Amino acid sequence: MITFDHVTLTYAGKHVLDDFTYSIPTDRITCLHGPSGCGKTTLLRLIASLVRPTSGTIHGLPIKPALLFQEDRLIPHLSAEDNIKAVLPAERAHESMDWLRKVGLADDAHLRPRELSGGMRRRIALARTLAYRGDFLLLDEPFTGLDADRVEQMAALIRETGTPALVVTHSKHEIALLGGTLLPLSGPPLTIL
Amino acid sequence: MQTSTSFSHKFLRIALAALFWLAVWQALAWWVGLNLLLPGPLLVGQTLVDLLGTAGFRMAAFNSLLGILLGFLAGVGAGSLLAWLTWASPLLDALFSPLLRLIRTAPVASFIILALLWLTSRTVPMVIAGLMVAPILWSSTKAALEEADQSLLEMAKAYRFSRWTTFRLIYLPQLLPHWTAAAATAMGLAWKSGIAAEVIALPRDAIGTNLYRARLLLNTEELFAWTVLVICLSFLLEQFFIRLMARLGRRYTI
Repeated sequence: MITFDHVTLTYAGKHVLDDFTYSIPTDRITCLHGPSGCGKTTLLRLIASLVRPTSGTIHGLPIKPALLFQEDRLIPHLSAEDNIKAVLPAERAHESMDWLRKVGLADDAHLRPRELSGGMRRRIALARTLAYRGDFLLLDEPFTGLDADRVEQMAALIRETGTPALVVTHSKHEIALLGGTLLPLSGPPLTIL
Repeated sequence: MQTSTSFSHKFLRIALAALFWLAVWQALAWWVGLNLLLPGPLLVGQTLVDLLGTAGFRMAAFNSLLGILLGFLAGVGAGSLLAWLTWASPLLDALFSPLLRLIRTAPVASFIILALLWLTSRTVPMVIAGLMVAPILWSSTKAALEEADQSLLEMAKAYRFSRWTTFRLIYLPQLLPHWTAAAATAMGLAWKSGIAAEVIALPRDAIGTNLYRARLLLNTEELFAWTVLVICLSFLLEQFFIRLMARLGRRYTI
């Protein structure tokens, strides 16, 4: 369990989290569903330790979280393959091609991000996150820009890793594909409904 | 085919512009009619060819080139290092930034005269060239560091990149274009300030010393010939540097 204990986070004078207390299970896929700006991404960033709470504590943080950002954040001068290699230790560098194959982009391994479509970039970003082999996945809208078939394939790929995850999504269909538990939210400040 | 055509067009344009200004220069020289005041390009060219054959010329060119190049490299190194330090530490920023701004704005002649009190005439041009180069590299490198892509840096943090990997994959590609442009500008300034320092410090066998002697003996065509040499050396060195950096930076081009 990742336990938020009376956590407050103030950003630009606004309470994104205000005395937030909740435990997120770490043995399954949990899907965060709520309106834009309610604090879903902030929750992921707190778990990834990219931001610190203004007050309160978080217990049971994952040792090696793997975060898929809302934006692709690929390194622009690196090829698709090298973007994945960048997060792998040298002894696992060869796995980058396996991951490109899994997301259906083996033939585009040499292309740089600007030479790829939005959907292809998203798949590379997802492949990078999964290749990292974190102990907990934090996926912020992982299927943005993908067509229905690709969403199904990528959801299956996430499920196959067997890694517990916290997934931000706006689609009930995606939650069903991931086999995740729904956690409806509102805010700000972030509230569990 | 397209590239070679555009290249020959560009070359033709430059050649025509050069010919135009050489013609203007020659016409002015004829109009003035006194080599002491304005020698024509033909006479300067002849003087340069005569000078090229002398051992003193080669020695002067070598000494000046070596001194200014060493000063330039030291300035590039110091400026880049100070950029990192002042970017990383607010305390070092508070200490060094005013000093570097002062060096950038103070007259170069003041530094040359001061340096003459403390250093040998041979080392003054080197130190002055370095002093002029360092603030340019400092400000440009620091600005590039401050403008580094925060979203990629956050990604590097999330995936626990080592410091070296973060530098190599994120900072370096963003630094290189700024750094190359600053270094190319600084190269011209290193030559200008280095030669000016030589004219004042008068080290043995140096271009600046020969410029000073030519002025003293009212040998204007020789003064022009040495100046042409400085321009050529500065241009060649700058082109070599830009091409070298372009080759190194090719893998980082987006």
